[in-house]
Amino acid sequence: MRVVAGVDVGSTTIKVTVYDGRAMEHRMVLAGWNPREEAKALLTKVVKEWQIAIDDLAAIVGTGYGRANLPFAARPLTEITCHARGAEYLSPGVRTVIDIGGQDAKAIRLAAGRVEEFVMNDKCAAGTGRFVQVMANALGFDVASVAQLALKPGEEACSISAMCTVFAESEAVGLLHRGHSPRAIMAGIYAAIASRVIGMADKIAPCGPVVFTGGVARNEALGRALSERLGLELVVPSKALYAGSIGAALYAWEQGETKEAND
Amino acid sequence: MSDPVTMLKAAKAEGKKVVGFYCVYAPQELVLAADALGFALCATKEEPIADGEKALPRNFCPLIKSSYGFAATDKCPYFLYSDLIVGETTCDGKKKMFELMKDFKDVHVMKLPQSNLQENDHQYWLSEVKLLKEVLEEKLGVSITEEKMRNAIRVLNEERKMMQELSSLMQADPVPMSGMDMLKLMWGRNFVFDRSDFAQQLNGIIADLKESVAAGEGAFPKGAKRILVTGVPTGVGAEKVLKIIEECGAAVVYIENCSGMKQFVTLVDENRPPLEAIADKYLGIPCSCMSPNPKRMEMISNLVNEYKIDGVVDVIWQGCHTYNVESRILGKHLKEENATPFLAVETDYSQSDVEQIRTRVQAFLEMMD
Ligand code: SF4
Ligand code: SF4
Repeated sequence: MRVVAGVDVGSTTIKVTVYDGRAMEHRMVLAGWNPREEAKALLTKVVKEWQIAIDDLAAIVGTGYGRANLPFAARPLTEITCHARGAEYLSPGVRTVIDIGGQDAKAIRLAAGRVEEFVMNDKCAAGTGRFVQVMANALGFDVASVAQLALKPGEEACSISAMCTVFAESEAVGLLHRGHSPRAIMAGIYAAIASRVIGMADKIAPCGPVVFTGGVARNEALGRALSERLGLELVVPSKALYAGSIGAALYAWEQGETKEAND
Repeated sequence: MSDPVTMLKAAKAEGKKVVGFYCVYAPQELVLAADALGFALCATKEEPIADGEKALPRNFCPLIKSSYGFAATDKCPYFLYSDLIVGETTCDGKKKMFELMKDFKDVHVMKLPQSNLQENDHQYWLSEVKLLKEVLEEKLGVSITEEKMRNAIRVLNEERKMMQELSSLMQADPVPMSGMDMLKLMWGRNFVFDRSDFAQQLNGIIADLKESVAAGEGAFPKGAKRILVTGVPTGVGAEKVLKIIEECGAAVVYIENCSGMKQFVTLVDENRPPLEAIADKYLGIPCSCMSPNPKRMEMISNLVNEYKIDGVVDVIWQGCHTYNVESRILGKHLKEENATPFLAVETDYSQSDVEQIRTRVQAFLEMMD
């Protein structure tokens, strides 16, 4: 039996997908201080359930932020390529992928399942998972409630202008002191992030169907803001978080050749 | 010979005059015909930026901040030893930089027209070139004769032809030289004291490369992705993106920008009155400060075909508005005309975004698989 794996080492989490041509198994863990060891430990655990060891895998493709630092993965591919492939698998026929991860945001346009064009945010964290997290913490939300956030009828989102994490945080605190509700402020933050991300995505002329992937895809409130600003419906596959590792596993599957054990 | 600075001092001691310029619009024939040494000062190093920022806004193009930082602190010997600086009104940032520079240096600024398409643009530029000739004669105490101009035209045309020949060898697959080596060579050309020495050196390199091509040897394996780099000047010290492209396994087979081939692709017409011929050659340079700038689009489309380019990378400095806007025009043009993948990289001279650029470049290359 041929078994392959895709390992997506992101800035905050590590995702592993194991695939044998029929069944797919996904697992996630926090990246922690030593992503390379964490990735290896996670992979070892997952393949054990298949009654094999890492060395028995026919191919491993690494992707994501930490892809270059995975000695056991024979071939690194960028998260752009892998996310596109994973999104196409999760939602066949997808034309645009919006992926928001811990520290970056990207928009990819596909044609016939292949990357045609892409854009990525530059240095700053605005419009990324990190930004959402900092703001949610500052406003006292927990992960679940911030993702489910919805305004009450008649309630209006605050307008947030700063997009630098530091400035936006003080702007949010300022609004709190002036008596605005955390909910309205957070809604304003989502609207601002959506503007930012869609402003970037506009460069590649996004068209439907649009798939939302990455860690932040589980945030329904942000998804709604994005889709409103985009004017298109956003599809969020249930395995959206694993799009990158799924893409990597599919490339590994195709690779055919057996990897050299060089760990 | 000794190091460049000692050579520079020696040349000055012998009474040689030195002219510094910041842009490929500066007519080098006139400097050569004035028996002076001409050096391109367009700095591309990160260190002087902090000094540049003392006088210039922070969100300025790094090329200008770096150039100015070098100039204002006497850290660039070529600037220090220049008897005259020739500036041009290319982008707004440079224009204003020259105003500040006039406080501590002799600067003559050539006023470019906004476009190079109409007859009156050419007439106007011709008068600016004439004026430069007079300024050089006066400041350097020389007379620039027809004969000397014709001679300078011949010398520089020969050099251009050699650069063209050298570059055309990069059409081979495998490519005989890396883009980084090509860049170093072109960059080195800016600091040449003796044009005939340089010509000899070029001849040697051309012969070597021809051998490599004949033997099928290359700097990259056959079939490596072929990239054309365009955009702002990316000289040695600011070659970050070129380096990343080649580290990712693709070959930079053509560097189109001003630190690359831009100045060598057209000759000065040797059969016309020298000043007119010089003026026309320089005005034809397709810089994004020209509005509109259709020649750059046409030229890149042709290069994509000639050099069998797999992808075009447009490098833009943060704060460079003309190239930044023109990037959209270029991307659209390449898509429609050549269906060539296009990647725009906006950056500065720092190293802080190297990994992000690497991801983008890698994804760009994966896109072509
Ligand atoms: S990019 Fe334009 S302004 Fe800059 S050196 Fe080239 S021609 Fe001159
Ligand atoms: S890169 Fe752009 S802004 Fe900078 S000097 Fe050249 S034209 Fe001006």
